[in-house]
Amino acid sequence: MIARHQTILFGVLLAASIAMGGVLWQLRERAHQRLLQGEDSAPTQAPQVAPAEQATLLVANDADNSLLSQVQTLPLPQDQGARARLILGKLMDLYAAPNAAHPVSGGASSIAQVFLLPAPSLAAGAGASQAKSPDASGPQLAVVNLTGSFASSHPSGLEAETLTVLSICGTLHANLPHVTQVRFLVDGQQRPTLAGHADLTRTYLATDAVPTEGVHP
Amino acid sequence: MRWIKAILEQHLRPLAVAACFACFAVAGGVVTAAQAPPAPQARFVVVLDAAHGGDDPGGHLDTQAEKAYTLALSVKLRSLLNARGIQVVTTRESDANVDANRRSEIANHANAQACLSLHASQTGTGVHLFASSLAPAAPTRLPAWKTGQSAWVTRSLAMAGILNSALQHAGVSVTLGRTALPAVDSMTCPAIAIEIAPDHAGGATKAGLDDPGYQARVAEALAAAMLEWKTEARQP
Repeated sequence: MIARHQTILFGVLLAASIAMGGVLWQLRERAHQRLLQGEDSAPTQAPQVAPAEQATLLVANDADNSLLSQVQTLPLPQDQGARARLILGKLMDLYAAPNAAHPVSGGASSIAQVFLLPAPSLAAGAGASQAKSPDASGPQLAVVNLTGSFASSHPSGLEAETLTVLSICGTLHANLPHVTQVRFLVDGQQRPTLAGHADLTRTYLATDAVPTEGVHP
Repeated sequence: MRWIKAILEQHLRPLAVAACFACFAVAGGVVTAAQAPPAPQARFVVVLDAAHGGDDPGGHLDTQAEKAYTLALSVKLRSLLNARGIQVVTTRESDANVDANRRSEIANHANAQACLSLHASQTGTGVHLFASSLAPAAPTRLPAWKTGQSAWVTRSLAMAGILNSALQHAGVSVTLGRTALPAVDSMTCPAIAIEIAPDHAGGATKAGLDDPGYQARVAEALAAAMLEWKTEARQP
């Protein structure tokens, strides 16, 4: 036989448990509501749709060691650095596509950044261009920062690496004619070669990559 | 009479001795001119640079690393060139680490008439011949290390033409190009980087990198080209 005081205690504890469960449920609901109120998913700024423009890509072909000019239409921002990055990203997307003539994995994300700087004069003692701003119409040096994963996965070979470097240089010059020199970084650091062959420590002249009819780069 | 005899002995003896020396000298000169050995020919040295090695395997080919392939090709080519009377200097004879500067040093100390940097790749087709992309420049007494090749670019392109002809004559497809390769850019000799790829001419694979017949054809063509380059180098 259960004592009366024990029955009363059990009832009180049961009621308290149910009450505490109710309170906890209320607290959880309130916290959930607060979380939803903090997440404002509505756009704060109208997305800017850049107008589609034509860009010229110099696409490499391993079969005959050539660079072929190819015109693509894609939305391009006005900022020159962002523009260069998007164009090179499109070039890398072509290389990452199945059955590409110059297969390189990585795609658009292989180009981390493109910086445009006033080009230092290659002639000794000439430093007049140093004072120009990056937006000046003078010759510019493009510094292309590649990702480490891109360099690590790039096929090793004289032809493959040279074509990648020259197609980047040529594509930059074709779309940004003021870019006359190109340098390369990998993950923000200087690297001796792309994948064991092509020299990444030197400054490339963008005009070296512009193909002329019947002549390979 | 005694004093006359003394004068004759005193003055004629040296004259006679001098006359004898003159006769020997003339005779000796004639003999030297008649029996002079032919002038030694200027030595013709080819530097073979098997790319990569040691910790640097280079590219990964189907069955082996690029470093092993280039070393095997270097050994084979050295034998072929030696058989044709061409002196060969190699940058490595084993699986050793040799950096780009050391390779250029070896080539420059050899005072070579041709420097061939040997590479291999799975991409592309046939043999790729690359000259330095440095702009041609006039030779200087103290060339800059990183652009030492600039004074030799014109000769390098001429040598690339001969290599191209020899390889095409052997039925190997060839592509020509310019590249920035640190070891070649510092060489002060006619220098070409040779990259051997599988022969995919016409779309189908005619010969893989491991095909002994293909290897032999390429090596023979390179040796023949060096012989022709030697003949051209001898012409005034």
